Amino acid sequence: MAARTVTDPKELAIFEVRDLWAYYNEKPAIRKVSLKIPEKKITAIMGPSGCGKTTFIRCLNRLHELTPGASIKGEILLRDKNILEMDPVLVRRKIGMVFQRPNPFPTMTIYDNVIAGYKLLGVRLKREEADRIVEEALRKAALWDEVKDSLHKRGTYLSGGQQQRLCIARALAVKPEVLLMDEPTSALDPKSTAKIEELIVELKRSVTIVIVTHNIAQAGRVADYTAFFYLGELVEFGPTSEIFTVPKDPRTEEFLKGKFG
Amino acid sequence: MNRLLYRKLKDRLAFFLILVLALCPTLPLFHILLGVVKQGISSISLEFFIHLPKPPGEEGGGVGNAIVGTLMLALSASLLAVPIGILCGVYLSEYAKGRFGEAVRIAADVLQGTPSIVFGIIAYLWVVKPMGHFSAFSGSVALAIMMLPVIVRSTEEILRMIPETLREASLALGVNYWRTVLKVIIPTGLVGITTGILLSLARIMGETAPLLFTAFGNPFWNFNPMQPVEALPLVVFKYAISPYEEWIRQAWGASLVLTGLVLVLNLSARLLARRMGGHGR
Repeated sequence: MAARTVTDPKELAIFEVRDLWAYYNEKPAIRKVSLKIPEKKITAIMGPSGCGKTTFIRCLNRLHELTPGASIKGEILLRDKNILEMDPVLVRRKIGMVFQRPNPFPTMTIYDNVIAGYKLLGVRLKREEADRIVEEALRKAALWDEVKDSLHKRGTYLSGGQQQRLCIARALAVKPEVLLMDEPTSALDPKSTAKIEELIVELKRSVTIVIVTHNIAQAGRVADYTAFFYLGELVEFGPTSEIFTVPKDPRTEEFLKGKFG
Repeated sequence: MNRLLYRKLKDRLAFFLILVLALCPTLPLFHILLGVVKQGISSISLEFFIHLPKPPGEEGGGVGNAIVGTLMLALSASLLAVPIGILCGVYLSEYAKGRFGEAVRIAADVLQGTPSIVFGIIAYLWVVKPMGHFSAFSGSVALAIMMLPVIVRSTEEILRMIPETLREASLALGVNYWRTVLKVIIPTGLVGITTGILLSLARIMGETAPLLFTAFGNPFWNFNPMQPVEALPLVVFKYAISPYEEWIRQAWGASLVLTGLVLVLNLSARLLARRMGGHGR
């Protein structure tokens, strides 16, 4: 079934995905998905478990192909350049990612975690510059006030919600064009979740966000655009308000009503 | 009623039997520790640690040269085995999924079960014969081969325990695989890797057989790795089978020093391993 891509023509697309197929050992997990992801907006990828949401965003920074037996076919244009033909390492420097479970580097301090993107790449930063990047990233991630006095403690001392915001700061510190978030609140309590959602909305001023969520309400709260995936196919894509009020596909409607998922 | 009593009695008996059997492995250890301390403590003095051995018949003297030799052998064996062992462990955990990896794994396991004297023969063929004489270096080659499988397998197992999400966190920042291994994975597993190294050291420091025709022994001070060197287990071996009472007494002293060293290494490895529960905290 052909996917309906209803991107608002006024928006500028940062990603254009064309006929994307993704496989695990020859078995397709993403089937011929095409969509345009608008710049400086929040796009939610929604759908029941096993529908290919996570696989889809892992294609966008080419983490998918690291899974043994996995492969990709199609085109993913980032500002008109096909990232499938670029060096994956360079792609990942432009496209940050936040994972389901907070994963700060356990051997590093909060400070070092934030500039890990530079340290691990062997980029030497001047002291003042590093300080500035750390503060800026932590402020953007709404964590600065909580950790400014304990920057040199291990990142793993923080609470789950704080760790996740630290991971967001780590991703932001390298100034990515896009931030991918793979169910970033699924391991967190409601209070931390609310804080992260607030933060996500705040962040779209500076970065494009693609967020995977199986939580319908979350997509409704944060996303400008929503894509509904089912069994590896893109069923419907459009402005969140439209998808939620007048879904065009009966499967979307059933999912929103909670019939499956 | 009688049946119940009989069953209870049987239960008690089984418990007692298990308790006694569980004590069995600890018994020899305590006996060894007790014996070594009782017989060896009289030899322990400052002189024993820093002096050279005296000729038979003379009182006193020490095993300073053997302590230096043992430390020298352990250090140079580590220099050889640690880098190779860690890299090999990294390879097995990160890259080797196929047949070659399995072959390396089996080789390491077989090596671990090989009688230690065989390592002496190998080092004799590889180093002593081409060099034309015994040396500390050849001894450390033999000991390094013994250390390898322990380091390889423990490194592999530790690195396997590191969650995949940590690798992905680094890769998602645009860090390539090799730097991820070097800067994220190895540091995260460092405590565990160190534990493996300490355990392998504890294993080789007490070895006599691989040194018999490599390091050979040397009654004088030697700091040159290309010359034969004394080692504590060699001293124990030579003194214990000698006919001189003073030497036999000193063999106990050397045993005490050696047992102490190995015990300290083992206990530090345990402490480190316990600390690792919190992932390198």
